[in-house]
Amino acid sequence: MSESNQSLGDAWLNHLAGVPGEAAFGQPSVIYADAKLGAETARFIAVVPDPDARFPRARTGEVGLEEGWTLARLLRETRTADDDAPSRRPIVAVVDVVGQAYGLREEMLGVHLACAAAADAYAQARLAGHPIVALLVGKAMSGAFLAHGYQANRLIALRSPDVLVHAMGKAAAARITRRPIEALEALGERVPPMAYDIQSYAKLGLLHQLIDGVNADAPTAADVERVRGGLQAAIEDIRRQGDADLSSRLTSPEAQHLRAASIEARRRLAEQWDAEV
Amino acid sequence: MTLAPSPQDFERFLARKSFIELGAADRAAAILDPGTARVLLGPFDRLTSPWLPLQGITPQSDDGVTILRGRIDGAPAVVASIESRFQGGSMGEVSGAKIAGALELTLNDHLKGVPTRPVILFETGGVRLQEANLGLAVIAEIHAAIVALRPHTPVVGVVAGLVGCFGGMSLAAGLCSHLIATPQARLGMNGPEVIEQEAGVAELDSSDRRLIWSLIGGAQRAATGFVDTLVEDDADAIAEAVRTAFAAGVGAPARTEQVETYLARIAAYDPAQPADPLAMRRTWGEGEAA
Repeated sequence: MSESNQSLGDAWLNHLAGVPGEAAFGQPSVIYADAKLGAETARFIAVVPDPDARFPRARTGEVGLEEGWTLARLLRETRTADDDAPSRRPIVAVVDVVGQAYGLREEMLGVHLACAAAADAYAQARLAGHPIVALLVGKAMSGAFLAHGYQANRLIALRSPDVLVHAMGKAAAARITRRPIEALEALGERVPPMAYDIQSYAKLGLLHQLIDGVNADAPTAADVERVRGGLQAAIEDIRRQGDADLSSRLTSPEAQHLRAASIEARRRLAEQWDAEV
Repeated sequence: MTLAPSPQDFERFLARKSFIELGAADRAAAILDPGTARVLLGPFDRLTSPWLPLQGITPQSDDGVTILRGRIDGAPAVVASIESRFQGGSMGEVSGAKIAGALELTLNDHLKGVPTRPVILFETGGVRLQEANLGLAVIAEIHAAIVALRPHTPVVGVVAGLVGCFGGMSLAAGLCSHLIATPQARLGMNGPEVIEQEAGVAELDSSDRRLIWSLIGGAQRAATGFVDTLVEDDADAIAEAVRTAFAAGVGAPARTEQVETYLARIAAYDPAQPADPLAMRRTWGEGEAA
């Protein structure tokens, strides 16, 4: 079903929407498609490799300057287009991003701001009432994931060896923490937040759903239908709960356990917030 | 083009109270009205990182972030101050949750009509790699809180140095309504060592300090519109800049909302050119679009 040179993000956007993604504002690395999801039309968005990208450090699926600002433009356009609509359309961020663009020009020109602008636009769409689901089909790395996906109301992932979440590539993480890569991998087995694989990530309680038994590389039609079903259920859940913030990431049974310190810090801050001031 | 310092310059230098030399709690207190500071989640709360001891690293009782409540110009305020001397100011589960939680409570206040003023003192390399995915997750929560707050109140950030502000927290700084920096500060997404690792030493020699400051130092960031106010390393001057930012109130679009301006600037840039920070000052300098 997928072509070998197509990225997972590109392929899955095509699978889910039934049509290939279209370049947003002529930017080939940011694609989108509008397609039926249940009774309504959803907007699917992915960041994909562009071997001819103007900026050489953003040719293999990174979120760079053009990607960050284009995502921001697309999300803001999506939000304003629905300002007068009876209901705001769901947005699905199809996530397969290898990282932010690493380069001298990128830093000088503010890749941090480009990524922040994308995160901002996702967050504002969420606050305005668009139900947003991030679907992890490949890599969800670091600042690129912060820009594309991490501001969604709900996170869903395929249980697949292709799906990875992490703050930094292994080689760089090894250098910064002054540990050999093997030691880093061994630690990941004992310390869940250090791991790269999606099963370990699921233990942190941040995921709304981990979808089993789908071949990320070559899904069957039934696989795609199950994923579409998962997306629909997540969108219904967002509408039913009516939460426009990220608080659902702290309420799962897994989060109660592995993010107990996150919950406790907030509880005590609230307790001490107003004391005698 | 450096002019010889005058005797007044020396006097000013000697009278100034360095902000950079202060620890996180003293920095936060310096921002607040005198005598109003109150620490939240102090050492007796014993809320430390659950993850560092598993890796043979001694945790610290505040996990490297101090939350101070108090007043700014008489209005209720909260300052989240990152301590660079603990784990490079990195964001772990607890240190990050303290910042996110403080901002979430500030939003609650605004929804109740209490105009609490939020300030973040950034001094951070970004995610604490020993708590990797929990650091990344909480940074997304910090981003969410800043965006939710901005229509209600300016969210003011300060990058003073010497660590600077990197990684996911550079996005948080970018999302702030108003950003203040000193010339000693650096603001960038990827630290120099990470770029050298990911893109090679030909892309960037991470030991070239002059080059790094010329590209991402506070003065360059202010001259090219990524920072709103450039101040000297002086606690009173920084506190004054914070008060001025709140006095300006909400209304102006945030930098991250100026999408068309930045897309046009990026489109006009030729990536084949060598990186030239001075040329960028001329084309992106303030007054042009901001």
